[in-house]
Amino acid sequence: MNEAVEVKRSDDPAARVAQASEAAGEPAAPFREVEIQLYAKRKEIYPRQRIGDALGRFQKWRWLLVWATQVVFYGLPWLQWNDRQALLFDLASRKFYLFSLVLWPQDIIYLTAILIIAALALFLFTAVGGRLWCGYACPQTVYTEIFMWIEKVIEGDRARRMRLDQEPMSVRKFALKSAKHGAWIAVALWTGFTFVGYFTPIRPLLLELVTLSVTGWSLFWILFYGFATYGNAGWMREQVCKYMCPYARFQSAMFDPDTLIVTYDGERGEPRGAGSKKSGRAELGLGDCLDCNLCVQVCPTGIDIRNGLQYECIGCAACIDACDHVMEKAGLPKGLVRYSTQHALQERYAGAGIWRHVFRPRVFVYTGILATVTVALFVAVAIRIPLKVDVIRDRGALAREVEDGRIENTYRLQVMNTSEQPRRYVVSATGLDGLQVASDTAFDVSGATTQSVLVRLQASPEALKPGSNKITISVAAVDDPSLKVDEKAVFLGLGR
Amino acid sequence: MSDFYSVFWDYYIAIISIVSVVGCGVFLWMQSKRTVKVKLNAQGEPQTTGHVWDGDLQEFHNPMPRWWILLFYITVAYSILYLVLYPGLGTQWRGVLNWTQLGQYQSEVKSADARFGPIFAAFAKEPVEKIAFDPKARQIGERIFLNNCAQCHGSDARGSRGFPNLTDSEWMYGATPDSIKVTIVNGRNGVMPPMAAALGDKEGVLDVANYVLALSDSAHDSVRAARGKEKFAACAACHGPEAKGNPALGAPDLTNKIWLYGGTVAAITETITNGRNNMMPKHGDILTEPEVHLVAAYVWSLTNKPGAAAPAAAPAAPAPAPAK
Repeated sequence: MNEAVEVKRSDDPAARVAQASEAAGEPAAPFREVEIQLYAKRKEIYPRQRIGDALGRFQKWRWLLVWATQVVFYGLPWLQWNDRQALLFDLASRKFYLFSLVLWPQDIIYLTAILIIAALALFLFTAVGGRLWCGYACPQTVYTEIFMWIEKVIEGDRARRMRLDQEPMSVRKFALKSAKHGAWIAVALWTGFTFVGYFTPIRPLLLELVTLSVTGWSLFWILFYGFATYGNAGWMREQVCKYMCPYARFQSAMFDPDTLIVTYDGERGEPRGAGSKKSGRAELGLGDCLDCNLCVQVCPTGIDIRNGLQYECIGCAACIDACDHVMEKAGLPKGLVRYSTQHALQERYAGAGIWRHVFRPRVFVYTGILATVTVALFVAVAIRIPLKVDVIRDRGALAREVEDGRIENTYRLQVMNTSEQPRRYVVSATGLDGLQVASDTAFDVSGATTQSVLVRLQASPEALKPGSNKITISVAAVDDPSLKVDEKAVFLGLGR
Repeated sequence: MSDFYSVFWDYYIAIISIVSVVGCGVFLWMQSKRTVKVKLNAQGEPQTTGHVWDGDLQEFHNPMPRWWILLFYITVAYSILYLVLYPGLGTQWRGVLNWTQLGQYQSEVKSADARFGPIFAAFAKEPVEKIAFDPKARQIGERIFLNNCAQCHGSDARGSRGFPNLTDSEWMYGATPDSIKVTIVNGRNGVMPPMAAALGDKEGVLDVANYVLALSDSAHDSVRAARGKEKFAACAACHGPEAKGNPALGAPDLTNKIWLYGGTVAAITETITNGRNNMMPKHGDILTEPEVHLVAAYVWSLTNKPGAAAPAAAPAAPAPAPAK
């Protein structure tokens, strides 16, 4: 896709101008050259946030997702479940509490499945809808949107912000800037606090925060994530997407000519121009683009969508909202800038045609794998039982002869009761004639703990073949026999 | 090790490291000053570097933001700071912090001692009979046992052939807490000499073996046992005339059914003929005194009941304390 971008860009606008001049019969002007450094100072971007009175169509969608994601993010840690936090990733005791589910380190495989699902969902949505994640759901976009809203409320929209930054420092400027950064820092710290609240119980943490007695790692991580939020959403903004984010770059690999992108319909729009009140656009030979530059002003990454698809474009569709508004005012059809595909632009189809092209092999493959992994995860979680057993045979001793001539082997069972209720379990062993548990067969394990249980098994020497004998050690809950784990083990005979 | 080592390698490492770090800084500085020729587009804006691949793939000029190169300078500064603070340049430069792996280890041991020391010290003051049934002390003792003793005695302390069972009634060196502690600290070397010559021949050995089995009412040949009784005098020096053993020597009691090397005729014959040499290694160098105390309490608890032992042992307990 980088290739596609560059190829596309090479068509625009220089090449286009060159072609136009060639068409006009003039020889293409030789390119001039300048000496430029490899690093440049960043140009501040002042995205214009409001055009007209109402939010644009896609801006509404973005705000909807801002609310949806942030209500979940800020709200979830406050939910309680059976006298504990409903969602808590307790790293210190290595237990993840997810409502009724308690995950142990041994359940890390589920995390793998979740990561595969997340990756494949990204592949699928990107192949079909382009940078949907970037434009609507990515925390960088969401927090930038929130921070830009604060900025607009305090400092005003684009033009006023640009003027303010030009002004020399004054009491008013200082007050506005302090208010903005103060508000940003407050949101950022609350975000950091909420984030830490997923890893350490949030209610006691709030108490510590209120009494200013937060210390140690909690304080460090609150400040760390607070600083990251403030820095990324307040200062770094589009630079995160342009220079730091790996997703931005590897999503390119999932693009193809049928992927939805934000496009400018050059054939309809060019040649651009403001026109005049006296004569119609057609008479002046102008296309539909009024060259009002609003699409550039609203762009959070500071690009001109009319130059074609560019790697900086995060697919936020702010330019679509801006252009649609202008087209409506001018009495021209909407959609000069619109979601479309490269293929659709070339072949001049839209709507149903774009839909038809959604069904292509890579989409089927992504959907197939995604569905399989998702179903597998749900099935695996559904049939998971809250009991884990590891059998560890005594390493030092092989086998011993006990008083009546029977052979005894010793095992240590790591019994993990991953449910939150205390349970009583019974251990049994099968696989050899007359194999018996010589130690206590029943034992108690309190809720969400691991217990090391000593088990001695005895067998008569006649039942044993020399060397190792395969057996199965089973542990089952007394109150619920379906909670049963069978573990393979070996029983050693006495070699003579 | 020192055969392969010379001070040359210190300088070798130091020079490569310093030249690399400084070289990175110089290279970054050069790149920050470097310029490239960029073609301008029709609007007079910088556009491409003029590099073209595959016919139409052009390299555009998209300069990185200036703060980016600052990140690289920070890594250089970090390496320099690191090499000043820590010994990263061979053994000639120890770093300002004087950090060593051994020092790190010792400081961690020290902080662990500071944390756990008082707990151990508190238990070490109490007699074994008392802490043997304190759940916390027992848990500590069990952990020490599993780490140091279970390799031979088994994680259930029931031993195996040649390794005594610590949960039964037989104590070759005595069942008192003090004798258990002596065993742990100094180890034991139990030697049973080969007795075949003293007993005459194979027949004599077989006779004594049957007599030994008869002592514990195990299945035996009574004719041979009767003959063996006379020959047992050779064994009585250690095992005692009544074969009850001698804790001072570690000679086992032969009148019970507990056998360290097996209770079959074949196994006992083997023991008598060739003798046995058994070794419990000393743990005084490995375990600290409070650790020995706690693990001894754990072992002692395996063969004693809380209710019965504590009052009986209570008057005895103060006795060893003043003796020390």
